[in-house]
Amino acid sequence: MPEMNMVGAINDALRHEMRKDPRVLVMGEDVGKVGGVFRVTQGLFEEFGEDRVIDTPLSEGGIIGTAIGMALYGLVPVPEIQFADFIYPAFDQIVSELAKMRYRSGGEYASKIVIRSPVGGGIRGGHYHSQSPEALFIHTAGLKVVCPSNPYDAKGLLLASIRDPDPVLFFEPKRVYRAAKGDVPEGDYTVELGKAAVTRPGKHVTVIAWGAMLYEALAAADEAAKQGVECEVLDLRTLWPVDIDAIVASVKKTGRVVVVHEAPKTCGFGAELVALINEKAFVHLEAPPIRVAGFDTPFPYSLEMEYLPLAHRILPAVLDTARF
Amino acid sequence: MDTAVVSETDPDVMLFRVLRDDGTADPGVDHGMTDAVALRAYFEMRRLRALDARMILLQRQGRVGFYGAATGQEAVPIASGLALAKQDWVFPALREQSVMLVRGYPLRDYIGQVFGNAADNLKGRQPPSHQAGKAVHQVSWSPVIGPQIPQAVGAAMAMRMAKRRPHEIAVGYCGDGATSQPDFHAAMNFAGVFKAPVVIICQNNHWSISVPTAKQTASRTIAIKARAYGMPGVRVDGNDVLAVYKVLRDAFACARSGGGPTFVEAVTYRMGAHTTSDDPKLYRSDSEVEAWAKKDPIDRLRRYLEARGLMDDARDTKLEADASAEIVSIIREVEELAAPSLASMFDDVYAELPWNLREQKAALESGPRAPKH
Repeated sequence: MPEMNMVGAINDALRHEMRKDPRVLVMGEDVGKVGGVFRVTQGLFEEFGEDRVIDTPLSEGGIIGTAIGMALYGLVPVPEIQFADFIYPAFDQIVSELAKMRYRSGGEYASKIVIRSPVGGGIRGGHYHSQSPEALFIHTAGLKVVCPSNPYDAKGLLLASIRDPDPVLFFEPKRVYRAAKGDVPEGDYTVELGKAAVTRPGKHVTVIAWGAMLYEALAAADEAAKQGVECEVLDLRTLWPVDIDAIVASVKKTGRVVVVHEAPKTCGFGAELVALINEKAFVHLEAPPIRVAGFDTPFPYSLEMEYLPLAHRILPAVLDTARF
Repeated sequence: MDTAVVSETDPDVMLFRVLRDDGTADPGVDHGMTDAVALRAYFEMRRLRALDARMILLQRQGRVGFYGAATGQEAVPIASGLALAKQDWVFPALREQSVMLVRGYPLRDYIGQVFGNAADNLKGRQPPSHQAGKAVHQVSWSPVIGPQIPQAVGAAMAMRMAKRRPHEIAVGYCGDGATSQPDFHAAMNFAGVFKAPVVIICQNNHWSISVPTAKQTASRTIAIKARAYGMPGVRVDGNDVLAVYKVLRDAFACARSGGGPTFVEAVTYRMGAHTTSDDPKLYRSDSEVEAWAKKDPIDRLRRYLEARGLMDDARDTKLEADASAEIVSIIREVEELAAPSLASMFDDVYAELPWNLREQKAALESGPRAPKH
């Protein structure tokens, strides 16, 4: 089984599915000859040609709008939005068109596309190259939202996303694009959407994370263990529909929860997770659930490491809730 | 464009017309509309006007929630429907939904959408005047204005790749207001760059609710915008169904044969309010409306048919009476049908209900019912 990084695993998934399914195509800014600014689509243009690896004009609204038209016709486009921060020009096409196509046509039409986009900070990208807008799309009825943390899941989740009947936003944590490495099976396999993974079992505190912040949660868990606090770290993998059963099961075991995400705290996905935990596991809680998140500021450039909810901020939250 | 008439049309100034003021067709133009097609166009335009008038009446009576009519703008949707082939795809804006009626979509289903009940194929999910029908390849529009245009281009890009026979094209519609939107620019740009088999048709009806075209664009015409995207732009008299038919047939043939996209500005006028929620007396003069009433597309076509001995008062009266009777009969049958089921609110959000929707559906079904409107 070859070792790959996230970039390689996602590339492998795209290549695999494009060989298998002639309806699948890749489109976006710089995805063709140069293989994407992160090289995720490298080599696809050479193998599949300009009709299936489309270098588009610089227009996110045009990319998603035309991708929807292609999907209505029967293709399965996998457009790339170069950075998640650039997704807002396509917002109306995503939330009012893509997400609602089946519903508003009474089930007659469906628009099946997977939007891939790198998310998150920690790469000295500043405001326009670091945001984590997942909550906006989780809030949008009709979309599924996925964020893998490792190469195995990235390939398996992307293949599952492309084959899923619903539109999917597939957010790729760019900070660990190359840093996260692991064995990735060749050929076909999927990781089921809607299933979280228990990355580290523990009995004292549940730590919920995804994407690049999973590694910060694990680092904090290592430190907490040295102080006698055993964390159970959940990697959500699919953000929506979220694996509520896995969350409730873990909280019933630990009674204590810390939710970690890069996006600003207020109305971030952590707010929904804490509300769900309160609704479904209130009597099992031993302490108030805590969110460790980005601040309610624009994403800063020079101070990004202070902004991010890294291990040094997760650890005190874990210890506080353990000792509440 | 492959025809001399259209290629000689200067989009900056010229307005392509076929029907002259005396009701005859310009003998110098081979408009290609047979008498049978002209009679069909007349029937469809008449029926659409009767339908719109009836629906506005029902809205005033509180029997229909909302309605957006195409009154005065019937020529473009009807000529489109007549000029398109069965395999083509339609991405309309508000005033072109009736294209589907010309292409075989049942009037009962169309009226069913207005009532949003058991007769509505779209399951009551959208307000009236948001039609769609997969059987006739027509997708619903967005009142955000413009999203359907890049979607039409995308469908056309897919058609170009699929190369199915017979060759397919897509048409995307918009109004003059939509030309201010990023989606319009994106659609025109993608259409040009990818040489998509698409025709983008702008019905310039002079008003975007209350804002006149001069406040949408400083461009001398809308058709001229095509030049910047590397495609032909044609400016046609949108109240002249023969001219529209001619221009669209040429543009469709061009797209179908691999010649790429065309942009068409159809100059027309919105005779009524924007929708039933609007009062045009607040922003435009009666004299302007009266001037355009003299250029009514149905009256002009009738004069043409009369001059050819194909129409007279008796036939016209019968045609309108038959259309009205059909509409009233369908309304009587459809209006009293049941509303969509409570549970149907949750269907089609996703292919299968996720856990949150299962929970919410159960809670709604076991909870108290809302008061009626």
